[in-house]
Amino acid sequence: MTDSFAVQVRDLCKKFGSFTAVDHVSFEVGKGEIFGFLGANGAGKTTTIRMLCGLLLPTSGIARVAGYDVYTQSDRIKSSIGYMSQKFSLYDDLTVVENVEFYAGIYGLNRDRKTALKRTREESGLGDFWNRLTRDLPLGWKQRLALTCAVLHRPPILFLDEPTSGVDPISRRRFWQTIYDLAEQGTTVFVTTHFMDEAEYCTRLMILYQGRVIALGTPAELKAEYKKPTIQETFIHLVDR
Amino acid sequence: MVSRIAAIMIKEFFHILRDPRSLAIIFLLPIIMILLFGYAITFDIREIPLGLLDHDRSTESRALAQSFAASGYFRIVKILSNPSEIETAIRRREIWAALVIPADFEKSRQTHAVQVVIDGSNANTAIIIGNTAQALLLDYSLTRLQTPMNPLFRIEPRILYNPALKSTNFIVPGLVAVFLLMVCALLTSITIAREKETGTLEQILVSPITALEIIIGKTTPYIILGFLVAVAVLIFAKVVFSVPFRGKPLELMVLSLFYIYASLSIGVFVSTRVRTQQVALMVSLVGTLLPSIFLSGFIYPIASMPHFLRILSLVVPARYYLQIIRGIMLKGIGFNELVWYAAVLFLFGSVLLGISIKSFQTKLEG
Amino acid sequence: MKNDLCIEAVGKRFGAVQALNDVSLNIRPGELFGLIGPDGAGKTTLLRLLTGLLSLDEGGITVAGHALPQELGVVRSLVGYMPQRFSLYPDLSVVENLLFFARLFRVPSDQRHTRMQRLLRFSKLEPFTRRRAQALSGGMKQKLALSCILMHTPQVLLLDEPTTGVDPVSRREFWKILRELRNDGVTLLVTTPYMDEAEQCDRIAFLHQGTIIVEGDPRRLPDSYPAPLVEIRCTDVVRAAQILQDSGAAESVQIFGDRLHVVMTSEAHTSEPLREILRKRGIAVETIRQVDAAIEDLFVHLIRSHP
Repeated sequence: MTDSFAVQVRDLCKKFGSFTAVDHVSFEVGKGEIFGFLGANGAGKTTTIRMLCGLLLPTSGIARVAGYDVYTQSDRIKSSIGYMSQKFSLYDDLTVVENVEFYAGIYGLNRDRKTALKRTREESGLGDFWNRLTRDLPLGWKQRLALTCAVLHRPPILFLDEPTSGVDPISRRRFWQTIYDLAEQGTTVFVTTHFMDEAEYCTRLMILYQGRVIALGTPAELKAEYKKPTIQETFIHLVDR
Repeated sequence: MVSRIAAIMIKEFFHILRDPRSLAIIFLLPIIMILLFGYAITFDIREIPLGLLDHDRSTESRALAQSFAASGYFRIVKILSNPSEIETAIRRREIWAALVIPADFEKSRQTHAVQVVIDGSNANTAIIIGNTAQALLLDYSLTRLQTPMNPLFRIEPRILYNPALKSTNFIVPGLVAVFLLMVCALLTSITIAREKETGTLEQILVSPITALEIIIGKTTPYIILGFLVAVAVLIFAKVVFSVPFRGKPLELMVLSLFYIYASLSIGVFVSTRVRTQQVALMVSLVGTLLPSIFLSGFIYPIASMPHFLRILSLVVPARYYLQIIRGIMLKGIGFNELVWYAAVLFLFGSVLLGISIKSFQTKLEG
Repeated sequence: MKNDLCIEAVGKRFGAVQALNDVSLNIRPGELFGLIGPDGAGKTTLLRLLTGLLSLDEGGITVAGHALPQELGVVRSLVGYMPQRFSLYPDLSVVENLLFFARLFRVPSDQRHTRMQRLLRFSKLEPFTRRRAQALSGGMKQKLALSCILMHTPQVLLLDEPTTGVDPVSRREFWKILRELRNDGVTLLVTTPYMDEAEQCDRIAFLHQGTIIVEGDPRRLPDSYPAPLVEIRCTDVVRAAQILQDSGAAESVQIFGDRLHVVMTSEAHTSEPLREILRKRGIAVETIRQVDAAIEDLFVHLIRSHP
């Protein structure tokens, strides 16, 4: 396999006991893409992301992330990716800056720490909340902080698992603006979402149904193929049958 | 690697400091436990409430009653006037025993049956009360004998280290061992299980951090916290129970560090095997309290245990710490005699941590 | 039965924070009412006040004619409340969860079975009756949660973000159930972050920083949008948005999926200059037309104008 792809997956499977969560999934994500990953609850999206992040071992199949093999090189993968999980997973009893400093430490970003923190403070727009306890932040700002921590080490690939779940329209817009900026700078973004308007912003989409890929293409291609005006309707058409 | 360990350590300190209520519990729990158990578990009987039914009302009978009261073992709390009152008073728990002196106690010079009625609902205390009364009566009758008798043999016990045979001296260091272990194991087991529950562990696991770094970073702050708890608890034991301190405090503190290390490693070990805080709490409570109370030699001497339990007691860290703490506090022995126990504790902790690191998944399953 | 909700000049404070300030709403019997607003606006606080989980600082609340807090017991028996993080018992099966709630609300035992069957049919959970709640998908969990609170046939339903994290197909099904309940005469107050759901409500109120700023029919509310709005479909909407924003020809530009909504500056009379600006930068415009504002446009506008 070549390294021109950020993510390369072939016949990936994951079984939990007798249940097949991910069933022979194959796809590639090019560098700098915003790759949308759609599916009903329980379709296997989170399982797939966890395998690609080195949190779960696949049952079978091939998967390479940033050119590294998920079976043998998960350490290398972990320094090349940022990950934001469905569940908000920063420390509630720490302040914003303490969370940022913690992740800076975890990723070994101790050189020029001061300037890095200052830059982060400005770029993230979290300045007003900098010394507040994370638990007191509105949800939209928490998500923003989670994203800030996930990209602190400037990973070439970013995995976002329902990053905007429950977030209001304004915060979602701000969040997506950051994602465009990151993609513009060359970051590959792999994102799952239940907001179909967000799906429209992706460069390519993949729809998973009961662990299998049922559609893959640009939003325009998918809408054209199924003759639907929006991704929302395309999705409902494909999944609700 | 250093930066990652430091990051975890700093964060862990923030968690500790942000939660003053839990911090207070960490310090107060062992102290309260030691206070309660220190007073409750005692093998000495003092000031037993005694009823007096004196049918004789003579100088002699008063002298006998007086000798009971003066012994310190009994306190006469109720003067009874007829036998039927004895049972009522015992039933109401006003008295635990009654001394019944017969009517001709002074006049007659025969052997008298002085009766002691004892509440037998607690068999242990009943036996002790019976023995004590027996001894006091014997003592009293010896002093009243016109021709003192010289026994042929006498045992002259000389008791080393705890000459007053105060059981608190024996029990309080044991309590320190038990509850220090409990608190330390709880600390580490909960801190990792909590991160599993909130999902923050998942977020750390996608970074290049290793199991070794997580575990070192998580354990170190608690060694310091555990040490502070140990200091507080030992000062408390010394001040409140006036447990003697014959050896060097500094040596005890240094050796305690090894015990804390072993205790924390139990918590880490538990936390790598469970998913929730609740289970972590249960497992570390039961897993530390029971063995260290029953198998450490705290209450039951190891030498008198069945063979199987004696072997099991070899993996109970409290067993070794009891030797250290009793050795230094009561016997006043020092580092040289005790360093081996510390070595065993260090080995115990390192093996558990080693297994934990080995089995700690930087993945989510398992 | 008059199962309305009356909220009058309600205020609630947490320490120094005024969470709700002078909130008044009249929700009519059998109405599907949507409460929207940014995170931290006070939506959950309001629902908690309505269930008596929090006590009022100012104002008054009556539920179906019963005042809080005096008639809390009656109110609780009339109201079904589904909190944001509804916790079913994950180790109990679908049926066991339902029966637990039936017993909790003292549903007579001769009615339990028929009600359960009806709810299972209604929520399409019939094939999964024996499955443990933890093994259900997100959408099914929410339907089970709703079914649980429907066991005691409440007349008023308070639902706090019931469809957050739920996929579009399951969301559509869930809202179908809500509309059926409304048609049966149940009063519903629902919060949601999804604007397409807000559009399905009979009326909505917009809560921002503890105050209601707008209230009305979601189909007519956007008419109050103050400026002409232009929709542009083109290639590379993200870059196009940036270009228009920088050009100064647009007051604001919002990306809506595959198209842009542009609020023109007041001087501009036609949208033709926009097409020209984009063409110069190599972006081909497919269509450009004036459109009516949607709820989301209004939402964005309202928050921007109430900082």
